Amino acid sequence: MKQIPASLLTLVIGVVVTLISLWVGQNHGWLPEQASEQAVLVDDFFNVMVVIATALFLVVQGAILFALFQFRQRQGDTTDGEPIEGNLPLEAFWTAIPAVIVIGLGTYSVYVFQEMGGFNPGLQEANSQGTMVAQVMDEQVSDVGAPLVDHGAADKQVAGNYGFGASPMKEGNTPDLTVEVKGLQYAWIFTYPDSGIVDGELHVPANQDVLLNISSQDVIHSFWVPQFRLKQDAIPGEETELRFVATKPGTYSVVCAELCGAYHGGMRTQVIVHTPEDFEQWRESRVAQAPHQDETVAANPAEMTATDYLAPVSQALNIHTHSLAHLTSEQ
Amino acid sequence: MAQANLSPEATKTPPIEGHPHLPDWKWYDYFTFNIDHKVIGIQYLVLAFIFYLIAGLMAVAMRTELATPDSDFMDPSLYNALLTNHGTIMIFLWIVPAAIGGFGNYLVPLMIGARDMAFPKLNALAFWLNPPAGALLLGSFLFGGAQAGWTSYPPLSVITANTAQSMWILAVVLVGTSSIMGSVNFLVTIWKMRVPSMKWDQLPLFCWAMVATSFLALFSTPVLAAGLILLLFDINFGTGFFQPDAGGNVVVYQHLFWFYSHPAVYLMILPIFGIMSEVIPVHARKPIFGYKAIAYSSLTISIVGLFVWVHHMFTSGTPPWMRIFFTISTLIVAVPTGIKIFSWVATLWGGKIRFTSAMLFAVGLLSMFVFGGLSGVTLGTAPFDIHVHDTYYVVGHFHYVLFGGSVFGIYAGIYHWFPKMTGRMLNETLGRLHFVLTFIGTNLTFAPMHELGMQGMPRRVAMYDPQFVGLNQLATIGAFTLGISVLPMLINVIWSWSRGPKAGGNPWNALTLEWTTPSPPPVENWTILPAVTHGPYEYGVGIQPPQPDQPALDEA
Ligand code: HEM
Ligand SMILES: [Cu+2]
Ligand SMILES: [Cu+2]
Repeated sequence: MKQIPASLLTLVIGVVVTLISLWVGQNHGWLPEQASEQAVLVDDFFNVMVVIATALFLVVQGAILFALFQFRQRQGDTTDGEPIEGNLPLEAFWTAIPAVIVIGLGTYSVYVFQEMGGFNPGLQEANSQGTMVAQVMDEQVSDVGAPLVDHGAADKQVAGNYGFGASPMKEGNTPDLTVEVKGLQYAWIFTYPDSGIVDGELHVPANQDVLLNISSQDVIHSFWVPQFRLKQDAIPGEETELRFVATKPGTYSVVCAELCGAYHGGMRTQVIVHTPEDFEQWRESRVAQAPHQDETVAANPAEMTATDYLAPVSQALNIHTHSLAHLTSEQ
Repeated sequence: MAQANLSPEATKTPPIEGHPHLPDWKWYDYFTFNIDHKVIGIQYLVLAFIFYLIAGLMAVAMRTELATPDSDFMDPSLYNALLTNHGTIMIFLWIVPAAIGGFGNYLVPLMIGARDMAFPKLNALAFWLNPPAGALLLGSFLFGGAQAGWTSYPPLSVITANTAQSMWILAVVLVGTSSIMGSVNFLVTIWKMRVPSMKWDQLPLFCWAMVATSFLALFSTPVLAAGLILLLFDINFGTGFFQPDAGGNVVVYQHLFWFYSHPAVYLMILPIFGIMSEVIPVHARKPIFGYKAIAYSSLTISIVGLFVWVHHMFTSGTPPWMRIFFTISTLIVAVPTGIKIFSWVATLWGGKIRFTSAMLFAVGLLSMFVFGGLSGVTLGTAPFDIHVHDTYYVVGHFHYVLFGGSVFGIYAGIYHWFPKMTGRMLNETLGRLHFVLTFIGTNLTFAPMHELGMQGMPRRVAMYDPQFVGLNQLATIGAFTLGISVLPMLINVIWSWSRGPKAGGNPWNALTLEWTTPSPPPVENWTILPAVTHGPYEYGVGIQPPQPDQPALDEA
């Protein structure tokens, strides 16, 4: 050891720690698959934090272990260590390092959050006039009544400015699909205002801009799709929104993340991301299927009890068995 | 021992006649309204430890339920009641009373050369608010148990288990009141009752930590009390503060709650940081590195800590500007915390480290806290927090900080000051066994939770998706290990308290003032108050540590 200069040793350790940290940041595999545009942003950000955290972890834990070994009391030695009480440059150094890291991460996180739409919920109303609306209408609402869409648009005017809005790229665009999401103990109800479909599972097309208007009938719930990296509380008395673009067809879990009662753990359903063609097919089949579709949508869901609300769609709803048993026993 | 007279003269009481008498407290004295700060400190510690065992059993029951995906071991509403009371008891009746009430009351007067706290009766009163609070929480199980988690968000808390929820509120308001009384007492004591020869920069770091803690408690606790009392009205008298259909707002409760409850995590950790700063230099035989930095970083944490609460509410429909502001302020707390960690590591560096049980727990804390702190930084950033908020990632993180950070610190403190408190040494072999089991158990229980959360397991669930079963079983095995880990400690404490080898006044050769009295210290602590001639951590410069068991006590 004596022959190797300390600076060289430090350099080698630094390089090794850096390499390990970079590798861990790329290969940890801790997150589930990515299925939305937002997921990519969050994961890249997380990976950067993993690199930094791994490096700090190795350095600090290494220093602790090294000190424990190197500076342990030797047999028969009852003297004290050298009385070093401080070292201003050193202290300034390790105050500056975390400060720089933290400022960097703070800036980066604000940027990511902006890209995800976390800073512009509800802003699209201000710019939603213009051709986009008409365009969406002929694209998607061809076989259902147009008034429903107007109703949906009017609703949005009063929606609160909470949740996740459009990313800067989509800002000003009307979403391709809007779904009303209602949480209640212990199920999610998804209503498609443009077609009147009501379902217990969420169906969305891939690569389109989807807006969820989230509300709650009873207590606070929280809408979470781990593969989308997105979560938004459903708050009684307030409407929140969540806007995303799903990127990968498949079936993912919708999880309730906020304690909402005894069967909170059973409040699970699915989001099915279709290719746009499959989505059209699904929608047509559902519209054809629903016998009392008009009456159902005409009613104001907010004024109905859970049982009334669920009655017309009970077969179609895909609610976890626990919660269904619980719902029926309660009412 | 009347209420202290607050003039500086008060500290110059004439010597008590005759020899210093060891306290001849009988066991039943600990069940009375005793106003000796040392009795009160031990009352706090023992009561808190009993609640720790109770809440720990609740945790083991919960983990047993979670060994399988279905809720087959207990009814899910019982699970929620256990969850709520586990969290509440662990925070309000274990960490806070043990760290602040127990160590604070026992040590602060001894460390500053005072004969007692400034307001001894207020002190005893503050303690005696805790047993009824515990009784309310445990009694609530007869009424179904509060169901809404330790956060008790309305509307859930308003519509489930009303009687139990009201009992929960009263319990928390009682401990909050106790904490306000305690804080006033600590501030006045440290401000006014130091021996005249002790300057601020000779104040032991534990006392600095208590100053920061008390400030924080004074500012934040009343807000919690206000929120809870409004909630009590909503539940029982039909008001609508937090009821949207009556014009109320559910999110306002969250602001009130977290305005206290985020600072509450600093209330738990700051005194522990203080304990660390006392234990490490003694057992590493080196002066604490960066005394001023550590003292000031405690104050910084307590000020910045008041402005970070919204990071618990990134998904609750908070306005965008709040998300920016609170991301930044949360991250800033990492800086003073980092300063402390680095200073402790630097204190170890170049020392002559003794591997006592106290030191093992202190170093274990360092190691666990580094992990918990790093995951905490990830949670402070809004974009990632959105993904893992209310999941097992958070549960993993806060147990690293609370178990690895707070419980380890309390253990370190117990091994360090047990000889002072009882006059007897603890058995080191049992202590090491205790450490090893605790260290393995904590990592095994809480590390897998991070991955569970990232993969998609929400928290506060009695049933979960079968894909998560493997990691959950690891955590459950860890929880059983943790359950067993308490046994060596229990045996050690009970056995050594009556039969352990005599400790002498200063078994660790430490330099702070509490080691200048015999062990255990007599009533009123000293016959003649000690004079401060050196700093609290001046190891390695040839100062003779006091050995107060000898007749030379009066000159110490
Ligand atoms: C034997 C050791 C422990 C085990 C096995 C354990 C386990 C658990 C579990 C399974 C939960 C439920 C998590 C959730 O679903 O949110 C929980 C919650 C909690 N634990 Fe622990 N825990 C232990 C020790 C502690 C300690 C020492 C503290 C110290 C303060 C603590 C504080 C909490 C809190 C505050 C909650 C949240 C309760 C809530 O969500 O309302 N735990 N713990
Ligand atoms: Cu829910
Ligand atoms: Cu839920």
